[in-house]
Amino acid sequence: MALEQVKQEKCTEFISDDMDHKLEALLLKNEKSPEILIFVLQQAQNIYGYLPEAVLLRISEALDVSKAKVYGVVTFYSQFHLKPRGRNIIRACQGTACHVRGVSRIIGKIKEEIGVNVGETTEDLRFTFEAVACIGACGLAPVIMINSDTHGRLTADKVPAILSLYE
Amino acid sequence: MVFYRGHLLICGGTGCVSSGCKDIIIAFQEELRKKKLDEEIKIVETGCHGLCEMGPLVILHPESVFYCRVEVKDVQEIVDEHLMKGRPVSRLFFTEPLSLDKVPKYQEIGFYRKQQRIALRNCGFIDPENFNEYLACDGYAALEKMLSEMTPEEVTNVVKAAGLRGRGGGGFSTGTKWELCAKATSIKKYIICNADEGDPGAFMDRSLLEGDPHNVLEGMMIAAYAIGADEGYLYIRAEYPLAIKRTQTAISRAEELGLLGKNILGSNFSFTLKIKEGAGAFVCGEETALIASIEGRRGMPRSRPPFPVVKGLFGKPTVINNVETFANVPQIILHGADKFAAVGTERSKGTKVFALTGKLRNTGLVEVPMGITMREIIYDIGGGTFEGKKFKAVQIGGPSGGCLPEDRLDLPIDYDSLVQAGAMMGSGGLVVLDDESCIVDVARYFLSFTRSESCGKCTPCREGTMRLLEILERICAGQGVPEDIAKVEKLAYIIKASALCGLGQTAPNPILSTLRYFRHEYEAHIHDKKCPAGVCQALFDYRIDDRICNGCTICAKICPVGAISGERKQAHQLDIVKCIKCGICLERCPKNAIFKE
Repeated sequence: MALEQVKQEKCTEFISDDMDHKLEALLLKNEKSPEILIFVLQQAQNIYGYLPEAVLLRISEALDVSKAKVYGVVTFYSQFHLKPRGRNIIRACQGTACHVRGVSRIIGKIKEEIGVNVGETTEDLRFTFEAVACIGACGLAPVIMINSDTHGRLTADKVPAILSLYE
Repeated sequence: MVFYRGHLLICGGTGCVSSGCKDIIIAFQEELRKKKLDEEIKIVETGCHGLCEMGPLVILHPESVFYCRVEVKDVQEIVDEHLMKGRPVSRLFFTEPLSLDKVPKYQEIGFYRKQQRIALRNCGFIDPENFNEYLACDGYAALEKMLSEMTPEEVTNVVKAAGLRGRGGGGFSTGTKWELCAKATSIKKYIICNADEGDPGAFMDRSLLEGDPHNVLEGMMIAAYAIGADEGYLYIRAEYPLAIKRTQTAISRAEELGLLGKNILGSNFSFTLKIKEGAGAFVCGEETALIASIEGRRGMPRSRPPFPVVKGLFGKPTVINNVETFANVPQIILHGADKFAAVGTERSKGTKVFALTGKLRNTGLVEVPMGITMREIIYDIGGGTFEGKKFKAVQIGGPSGGCLPEDRLDLPIDYDSLVQAGAMMGSGGLVVLDDESCIVDVARYFLSFTRSESCGKCTPCREGTMRLLEILERICAGQGVPEDIAKVEKLAYIIKASALCGLGQTAPNPILSTLRYFRHEYEAHIHDKKCPAGVCQALFDYRIDDRICNGCTICAKICPVGAISGERKQAHQLDIVKCIKCGICLERCPKNAIFKE
């Protein structure tokens, strides 16, 4: 089993046996076909929170899709992540409406508050900070999403209070 | 059946959810129960009403009184005053931005008066998770009519005669697309609904799926019958969790009722539907890239022909239409081609949904007849720009569209007039820019978007957008040279002519249209090293007007780098060497003594 081997070599503290059982169940449930690759990756990421190398190797083996193809798909779509993610995901909207209504100032304030740049995760894994194309809540620009909550009509001084809601 | 004397429609679209409508719903439930009105008044959580700016929205029927920005503390007053005593709470009425009149009724609000709703007709009026409410609004009547009276050819002909064109951007005739696919010989065919709405500044597809999912499903069933498909996919962005959930609920319900599955309504027509979640790639809005993504591959486009109507998903003939296109179809079948074609212009029939955003008063989702002018949309519906700000341009069509200046505002909007003016319908994002928005910065913004979303397959798009962006960034940083404009133009035309797919071919549009109408702004950046709008940070400094400054010390206290100094009650000084141009002093100054130069 690829998963076992890689885990022995690169065991990370984030992976539990329970997660691996869920992954195996997922792979068992789905037939061996390349067309469900994206679906399986999405589900696997839901289980692990990101896509560790061992998981990608296991999926490649189970679906009979080459490692290169799996890696290609994972790096093509912005939804997939190869590194562990924070407990809370901040998504700052980069849409047109947010851009002209000054989201860059909000982004600056968030950077200042949590001390990491866009695309990075805080060391304590409290926050991952991302910029996304458009959340589709343009009427409320500028907007950020934290996990599945949308916070709109923002000004820079509202940022600290909002961040403090997420531990 | 229970009858209610009144209905409280509470908007449950993404906009109002983030404005806090869930708490409003709970508060109304409690209050109604307390006052023992819960058997007289029904609460309905609807899809988006469009006026997201004013959310959370609450509409009371049958009077159709429209309350905006409702807060939990207002709930008791609405129940006591309006529902118990019949006296509407006028302080929560909508205020017309220009006349400042308070408008009690939904239909009389300027934002809604000029709209004509075909695709959005049920959005905001029905509970999207309740099948019966859709059924009561002529739901699945078109499906029934089609299966009992019409042949597939007749369906295609009606859609063709109606003049429906693809609402996703390109504007290709929907009927012709169906006809081409119907003619392709294959036992297996597919229907795909493109809900990978990636244009920044557009959210109509999300609202349609959140507000009236059955309508879209019915449109897809009609298309499937017309071309002879028995399987369909809805490709929905993963960033739209609520749309996915409501669509899934609708599919499950339709399956239970036999509206999806084998031998629908006792006919020979069988059809199944699945949702595929997008994984975050703008290019997947392009049809061949979308197909690649459903097949589990990297979402990269391929050259056409063969077109998907001949060789599409898994190599089979496939029709891909946009959400809004499908949303129009049931009405066309039900009421006939003539009624639909009566609205609109010579070559663009029906209505179009626009997402109205940016620097104007009423932002939100609007559906208007084709042929309306931009001026009507921005001023009559959108309420114009904010107080004291001058309109500069309207950006239409997102990263593939362009900017139109004031003197093009009286242009009747349709697919062809927009292309002629150097813009494009696109998916229907309308972003209003005022004189505090920098045109070069907006072009740079769109370029940085298309550059990062370029899939990298073809050189013109991969390398070309990169080079264009480099030049624009240089111009914004005050390092532009006079040759830059000619260089940008040449490169833009080459990319347009040689890129593989729609993303690359239209990527230069934001630059070309702004060069056409706002060349002087580029020149100001390059020759005078000035940003007229005061957006490009390298091209202006903050200053304090010592005639206005009264030395209140707010700016000195708030400045994060200590660049402002001065005695109390004396005019302050700003050290432009220390200043990081964060702009917070300008925002906070009570006297407006700080300006950009």
